Amino acid sequence: MTHAATATAPVRNGVNTEALIGARGAFEQAPEAARFTFRSTCDWVDGSFSRNSINGYFGLGQEHQRKQTFTVESDHPEVFAAEDRAATPTELVLSALASCLMGGLAAVAQHRGIQLHSARAVVEGDVDVQGILGMDPDIRNGFSAIRVRFDIDADASKEDIAALVAQSQKRSAVFDILTNPTNVAVTVG
Amino acid sequence: MRHIPTLVIGAGQAGLAMSRCLRDRSVHHVVLERGSSPAPAWVNERWDSLRLLTPNWQSRLPGFAYGGPDPDGFMTMPEIAAFLSDYAQGAPLETGTTVRSVRAEGRGYRVETNRGDWLAQAVVMATGACRRAQVPACASAAPLAQITPLDYKSPAQLGRGGVLVVGASATGIQLAAEIAAAGHEVMLAAGHHIRMPRHYRGRDIQWWMDRTGTNHVTTDQIDDVDRARRVPSLQLTGSRAAQFTDLNALQAQGIEITGRLADIREGRAVFSGSLANACALSDLKMNRLLREIDAWAEIHAPDAGPPESFAPTLTPSSPRLSASLTDGRFRTILWATGYAPDFGWLDLPVFDRKGRLVHDDGHVAPGLYVLGLPFQRRRMSALIDGVGADAAEIADHLTETRLFRAA
Repeated sequence: MTHAATATAPVRNGVNTEALIGARGAFEQAPEAARFTFRSTCDWVDGSFSRNSINGYFGLGQEHQRKQTFTVESDHPEVFAAEDRAATPTELVLSALASCLMGGLAAVAQHRGIQLHSARAVVEGDVDVQGILGMDPDIRNGFSAIRVRFDIDADASKEDIAALVAQSQKRSAVFDILTNPTNVAVTVG
Repeated sequence: MRHIPTLVIGAGQAGLAMSRCLRDRSVHHVVLERGSSPAPAWVNERWDSLRLLTPNWQSRLPGFAYGGPDPDGFMTMPEIAAFLSDYAQGAPLETGTTVRSVRAEGRGYRVETNRGDWLAQAVVMATGACRRAQVPACASAAPLAQITPLDYKSPAQLGRGGVLVVGASATGIQLAAEIAAAGHEVMLAAGHHIRMPRHYRGRDIQWWMDRTGTNHVTTDQIDDVDRARRVPSLQLTGSRAAQFTDLNALQAQGIEITGRLADIREGRAVFSGSLANACALSDLKMNRLLREIDAWAEIHAPDAGPPESFAPTLTPSSPRLSASLTDGRFRTILWATGYAPDFGWLDLPVFDRKGRLVHDDGHVAPGLYVLGLPFQRRRMSALIDGVGADAAEIADHLTETRLFRAA
């Protein structure tokens, strides 16, 4: 209702919602095609510095190779006696959450006919490093809390923007990964 | 074996409404009922204190309606059973008849029962949307007494000690409140839910949902029917005194709220960290409906009370993420995690990959219909007030098809 008045120009958030809706229909007919496996290959470089190569993934019933291999590097900052050559793994988790919510925000906005002008998310995660250092068994290694603050400029009411943000959480992979447990199997060789 | 044009399975409000519509159209039929009297589920498969979530005036069925002295009250379970027994007067009922299987035979269906077989040209399945309690897979790992709302009668049947109530829709919130009031420590795990005030601007919320047309929205007016059919029930209690039975009210009662139960592992319940968003979505949905009501009222109900706004749901700043189920604090888990119909006796390939009955506005296969499912054809399809229109449409389709066949 509130954004109907500005809907004269087509909404362009760079999201192909028709394709996404089409994919939903296709997966309903062939649910096995919806099963994807993503992967990252990480090589140790030096100290806490490591480099991930990300390319192939499985989905739609087959392997896929991208045109280029993406690289994600990680290190620790100097206060942990490291050389600070890249972001920490925990920061990468925060960035993954932010990007996942942001992508969802754009898609939901497109679907609802809301033009985004700008959107920024500032993500903070609290870690008490006594956990990682094994000093206190009552302190977990991971985040004790994560906060996300969005600033969004869009052709929509405050309530509609709040609904976009809520819906992007509801449909986010990384939000689910962080808020629910996952079985992790680690093997060697 | 007996032959009949139309067989109705189930004599709850849906089957009885169907019978009334068929009688109105002179369609010969019989209604099979497993119980010894109509609508046994309302008494035997509901808890003692439950009242209908819709006010008495809304108990409207084809050719029958509440005519008592308290249109704004809410019926108890014995009252709704008596109401439906009255409605059953004149219906061709065969009680004590349990259907064992339904399968295609010739141009109709063979219905096998404990009292012999029927061959029917048409079958209407009106056996209820809440025949099975849905319980998550992790229930098998729970080291506690477990109970579903279909077996729960009153707090008296629970052992001493804490109760973990899983699910925060109409059933979960009512039972959490009742069990806490009986002196048990209660923790409530809340996933997606929809908060709603009992009254708004001086009227029952159902009055607004009826008059604004919200209840009457049909499947062809929405773009995702599957999702609409999965929308959780509103957080309401059938009581004029209970304006909110929401998470705020439950917390005020001393109930601890956690996120959705994600898993049970190593004797611990693990809760999702998404409670804040579930509450935000719930408030947004409630407010969206209330603003739609306001827009409608401005034109159609100018004398209604002033618009109201309600404080947001308060959630703990750091909701608990897990709880021990083995330290003696909890004695019982109550699974208020939804209901499902039971078509285990339907021997036809009419189910999707998740075992759900596939139907188009209640049409399952030629001559085979279902009645009384959530959002079957309209939002209120599963309400007493909504089943009549669906029954009439099925009856019309039945008679038209019969005429077509005869011609």
